[in-house]
Amino acid sequence: MALRLPRAGLSQVGALAVILLVNWIVSPQFFDIRLQDGRLFGSLIDVLNRGAPVALLSLGMVLVIAMRGIDLSVGAVMAICGAIAASLADSHALPVVLAASLGAGLLCGLWNGILVAVLGIQPIVATLILMVAGRGIAQLITEGRIVTFTSPALAWFGGGSVLGLPTPIVLTLVMLGLTAAIVRGTALGLLIEAAGGNARAAALSGVGTRAITVAVYVWCGLCAGLAGIVAAADILGADANNAGLWLELDAILAVVIGGTSLFGGRFSIPLAVIGALIIQAMNTGILLSGFPPEFNLIVKAVVVLAVLLLQSPRLGLKLGRRKP
Amino acid sequence: MNFKALLLASAMTAAAVPGIALAQDLTVGFSQIGSESGWRAAETTVSKSEAAKRKINLKIADAQQKQENQIKAIRSFVAQNVDAIFLAPVVSTGWEAVLKEAKEAKIPVVLLDRDIDPSGKDLYLTAVTSDSVHEGKVAGEWLVKTVGTKPCNVVELQGTVGASVATNRKKGFEAGIAGAPNVKIVRSQTGDFTRAKGKEVMESFIKAEGGGASICAVYAHNDDMMVGAIQAMKEAGLKPGKDILTASIDAVPDIFKAMAAGEANATVELTPNMAGPAFDAIIAYKTKGTVPPKWIQTESKLYTAADNPQAVYDSKKGLGY
Repeated sequence: MALRLPRAGLSQVGALAVILLVNWIVSPQFFDIRLQDGRLFGSLIDVLNRGAPVALLSLGMVLVIAMRGIDLSVGAVMAICGAIAASLADSHALPVVLAASLGAGLLCGLWNGILVAVLGIQPIVATLILMVAGRGIAQLITEGRIVTFTSPALAWFGGGSVLGLPTPIVLTLVMLGLTAAIVRGTALGLLIEAAGGNARAAALSGVGTRAITVAVYVWCGLCAGLAGIVAAADILGADANNAGLWLELDAILAVVIGGTSLFGGRFSIPLAVIGALIIQAMNTGILLSGFPPEFNLIVKAVVVLAVLLLQSPRLGLKLGRRKP
Repeated sequence: MNFKALLLASAMTAAAVPGIALAQDLTVGFSQIGSESGWRAAETTVSKSEAAKRKINLKIADAQQKQENQIKAIRSFVAQNVDAIFLAPVVSTGWEAVLKEAKEAKIPVVLLDRDIDPSGKDLYLTAVTSDSVHEGKVAGEWLVKTVGTKPCNVVELQGTVGASVATNRKKGFEAGIAGAPNVKIVRSQTGDFTRAKGKEVMESFIKAEGGGASICAVYAHNDDMMVGAIQAMKEAGLKPGKDILTASIDAVPDIFKAMAAGEANATVELTPNMAGPAFDAIIAYKTKGTVPPKWIQTESKLYTAADNPQAVYDSKKGLGY
């Protein structure tokens, strides 16, 4: 298994380091970590913990984007899966809850994959359908209310910990390892890059692009389902109106910051997760800084612009850096 | 002017024929926005029960958050010649044409919960709404009374940036604590009115304020953010309601659950009963010709642990919040 962190990844890791440093300057206790009720506690842990849902989404999104697709429905899928998990949590055993919830995520992904790969609908339109309808489905499940639950088993997915690490972080690490193992441990990654870079050439060379396309959307739906469970477990309830709202955009941004082109082809799974952490580190920094909230979006936009400019090969040339 | 004359005329007609419209004969059409929030669902439930209490025949049309559906509903109420129309406007503009039709048909219109553009003032009888500045003020005054002369650093969870409710509740709270120099807002961020964001923002407040040691109270623009903040405090090993006081607005059932558990201190009710005062105004207008004031302010009731939160929770949880 080769977890490649290409040289180009230096700009992302560098950007994350700079943002963390700025956070430390803004709030000197940023790197303080202590144990609270057997769970690590500190701002740095918050960045990882709060970043987990978007990081999970980006794990699926990066493969979809590598296939030259896009999945706008992940936020709505989060809401659906969270709603199912919260509604079943107090009346069913955990395996049933997880199976139902993740199964729904899988079905959503399958729906998107079939629309794109079999019916040939443009990904942005195909997934827009579920983006709009999905939130409605989630509201139907919760009947428009915030469905709360008390099941400690499901709550563990948001508030529990493994060896002190909050569960969402552990889940993200496991999913990162799993995705990387499946994609980079086999020829699948190569096939995705081939099909994403040039679908026709790949198909003519005998790559089963259709099956791979369906598979990446299914994986994306599954990751979104898990993110939805984490989000619901975090607040001990399902908020169909707000769970995962606009997170599809954060996930796409994370993938793009991670250096994957929206035109498909080359991609990096670990850098997409780094991208998600950059976004969250920024959010947490803004919250710690004490700036008035009116500045939140402006600060965010400026930082994203700076990170993307850092990666621009043309700007690099102008500054006298050699093209990587 | 024209409208006043009309009002006078209709008032006189009503006065001239007393008892022409007894409450039980009244039919009221209510164009409700749709199921945008739990509060909205509760408002619909309460409207039905308030109508039943007064033996009023209430017809509710759900607009599914679309103005064109509301306009259609009002037209159909006019066609059915109902005795009054209640409107919870989804947006504040674009009502002139259809409200004129209602006015020409001599059907009084009462706005519920939200106001429309001032240019439409002549087109409705009265508006029953809550004063969100006042709500914030009630919360602020409660906090000042509770802490007395002790110094108190408050962190604030704002609603969505730019939402008028958030601006007003902030303004009201600041007015409420203005007379107490010992009570200060030290941090203020938006939690977008949601539980998840309320929790996330509170987590960073706690870290930025020395593990929560220097925070004396949290003020949240709605209860949902407070429910999230309470979780954040608990996860940080703090005791919400004791180590850190809480004050929020809306009075949704879940905050009473927290209050019953001693984890929340105060909430200011945004009553879902907007229809009750509106029915009373319509009955008085139809039977006695009393023209109500242009604005009927609903009560912003303060609830604390002394108000038997468990009982309030039980009475509210069935309303559809």
